[in-house]
Amino acid sequence: MSVKHKNLLGIEPLDKVEIEQILDGAKIFKELCAGNNKKFPALRGKLILNLFMENSTRTRSSFEIAEKRLGADILNFSASASSLTKGESFYDTIKTLESMEPHIVVMRHSSPGSAKFLADNIDASVANAGDGPHEHPTQALLDAFTIREKMGTLTGLKIVIAGDIAHSRVTRSNIFLLTKMGNDVVLSGPATLIPREIEGLNVKVETDFDKAIEDADVVMMLRIQKERQKESFFPSLEEFNMLYGLSRERLKRLKEKSIVMHPGPINRGVEINSEVADGARSVILEQVSNGISIRMAVLYLLAGGKINELTH
Amino acid sequence: MNLLIKNGHIINPDSGIDKVLDILIVDGRVDKIDVNLDESMADKVIDAGNMIVAPGFVDIHAHLREPGNERAETMESGCKAAMNGGFTTVTAMPNTNPCMDNAAIVSLVREKAHRAGYAKVCPVGAVSKGREGRELAAIGEMVHEGIVAVSDDGSPVATAELMKKALEYCQLFGIPVMEHAEEVTLTRGAVMNEGFMSTKLGLKGMPTVAEDIVVARDIILNRYVRGWLHVSHLSSAYSLDMIRRAKERGDRVTTEVTPHHLFFNDSRLEQFDTNFVMKPPVRVEADRLSMIEGIKDGTIDCIATDHAPHPHEYKNCEIDICAFGIIGFETAISAVLDVLYHRYDVPLKRIVECMSTNPAKIIGMKDDRLRVGAKADITVFSTGSEVVIRPERFKSRSRNTPFKGMKLKGCPVYAISGTRVVRCDVGEVQ
Repeated sequence: MSVKHKNLLGIEPLDKVEIEQILDGAKIFKELCAGNNKKFPALRGKLILNLFMENSTRTRSSFEIAEKRLGADILNFSASASSLTKGESFYDTIKTLESMEPHIVVMRHSSPGSAKFLADNIDASVANAGDGPHEHPTQALLDAFTIREKMGTLTGLKIVIAGDIAHSRVTRSNIFLLTKMGNDVVLSGPATLIPREIEGLNVKVETDFDKAIEDADVVMMLRIQKERQKESFFPSLEEFNMLYGLSRERLKRLKEKSIVMHPGPINRGVEINSEVADGARSVILEQVSNGISIRMAVLYLLAGGKINELTH
Repeated sequence: MNLLIKNGHIINPDSGIDKVLDILIVDGRVDKIDVNLDESMADKVIDAGNMIVAPGFVDIHAHLREPGNERAETMESGCKAAMNGGFTTVTAMPNTNPCMDNAAIVSLVREKAHRAGYAKVCPVGAVSKGREGRELAAIGEMVHEGIVAVSDDGSPVATAELMKKALEYCQLFGIPVMEHAEEVTLTRGAVMNEGFMSTKLGLKGMPTVAEDIVVARDIILNRYVRGWLHVSHLSSAYSLDMIRRAKERGDRVTTEVTPHHLFFNDSRLEQFDTNFVMKPPVRVEADRLSMIEGIKDGTIDCIATDHAPHPHEYKNCEIDICAFGIIGFETAISAVLDVLYHRYDVPLKRIVECMSTNPAKIIGMKDDRLRVGAKADITVFSTGSEVVIRPERFKSRSRNTPFKGMKLKGCPVYAISGTRVVRCDVGEVQ
């Protein structure tokens, strides 16, 4: 990253200037890749290791495309998160990977803090692609990029994040980023899915979703894992949809210029209804394509690149 | 051999002695306690000037891991570690493998400890067979072999019915039922205290109410059957208050707190350091401060380490699968003096009560141990020396401590048990 950061472990350690630097970098990459030539081989000869210890299709694909566009050598390494008693320990996996001498490791893992553990035990730079419910920094960056592009600003907005707040790394990274940039963040969802004392992160909580979305500029819906119902966080998916689903009726009450976001994959008819997901306010697919530009910028910076050396 | 401890400030809450005196030990027994004893009587002299000399410290909550997990600790390494940390008596909790739920294992543990020849070990038997929470273990037979209490530690006593019976049954023997208070349906998969910090880190939290619910259940049952409840490793302010009120009513309830719950709060988890993962978890600052208040006002009877050794790989891993617990023998005295004596003005006499005479009474050692004619059982410590904790000097087989590298004010200097004299070494003394 900047001189200060060898890794991107989360949004929390970044300051406003560093966040803007990544967003600006992504903007340049987006423009660079707008034409037919989508190659910008700044990372030629660098080995990037994609370590996915938890299933991920979109984040992994997005990183891979970014890596390919940057001309890096790629190795995909799948391993399942180990228990203490069976399989190779995480530490031994890391040491094995280290001897392959990667420049950057991109990792998804189910355990909070695992990205830090990796960074503490390997020479390579680490890009956190999600460490349990802790952080998912590139998602928050691509969300911020999309908001800035669509709303023309990334400050002074009212942004509602709704659904399964408790288990969401997307929420935590977004809270860190959006509050740093001076936005009002309101969280909404059933109280069972709102973790204790989250107001301490300078956000408001409004469990009544209809109240929460009043005057919102951005509504970000989170994916509801279907197994949460079995764990009794709410009685049924239908009831969840009734109370917290983003429907056409609710959409009508939003501000005229507001946008609807979702990190995907979406559950139609649960947290978001089809007519909203496919509607004009939805920027869900743009989020996906912006993800590639953000990841190009992050990898470029982690490899020691400088934004002012990028030319159109 | 004649050993003379010169110029030490003796603090013995049992006899009320609180002044500088010399102690002459002859062949492992206290021969004289007096002013200015002649050095020519001794083969070896310990200059205890500027040091505190107290009845040997007693840790009533420790896991010695034998049998079953000798890679983490053995009777021998555990007993050496205890004395290196200034303890002359420790308990052995029953969550071994196989578990200590019968007289044969109790006798094996005592035999191994005796053979090691360092700290005295007082076994704690399981409440239930296999610690499974269904039927009472052979408590009477184990008492016959020397257990000093029962506990299903590591787990709570599973049901109210079993707890009621245990509290009733143990009255015959005059031993406490030690409770690991945790409502397990509220702590599944959890790593740390539930609150702002767990929310921020995305880690599953154990709420204080998980402790409070079991403490409340047990206090109610204990009052009903007039038993003796001992609440282990207290961490919640609300539980502390319930115990305070139970004591005021005259119920027989005792409790302990660990040095780490006096020293740390949950903000320490911020770097995902697995050496801050234990049960119960370190709580928020308000809970920590209430524990210190509980020491001061006498609600908390004693300080116990919950010494929980683990092999390195059980901590050098992802935080949500790491083993719970930290070692405590070799950091307890330094941590307690640093926080309680130096920072919160707890008098030394109170600290000696909490680490020596009160825990001794809970496990049935009722006599004054620092008296002429008694077997030598003495802890010598310094309040003024600063020590940088160096786990590589520990005698424990394990190194899972969050105090590594910390500079603490106060340290153990000697532990003496009979003819065994250990010079404590837990780090660089400055």
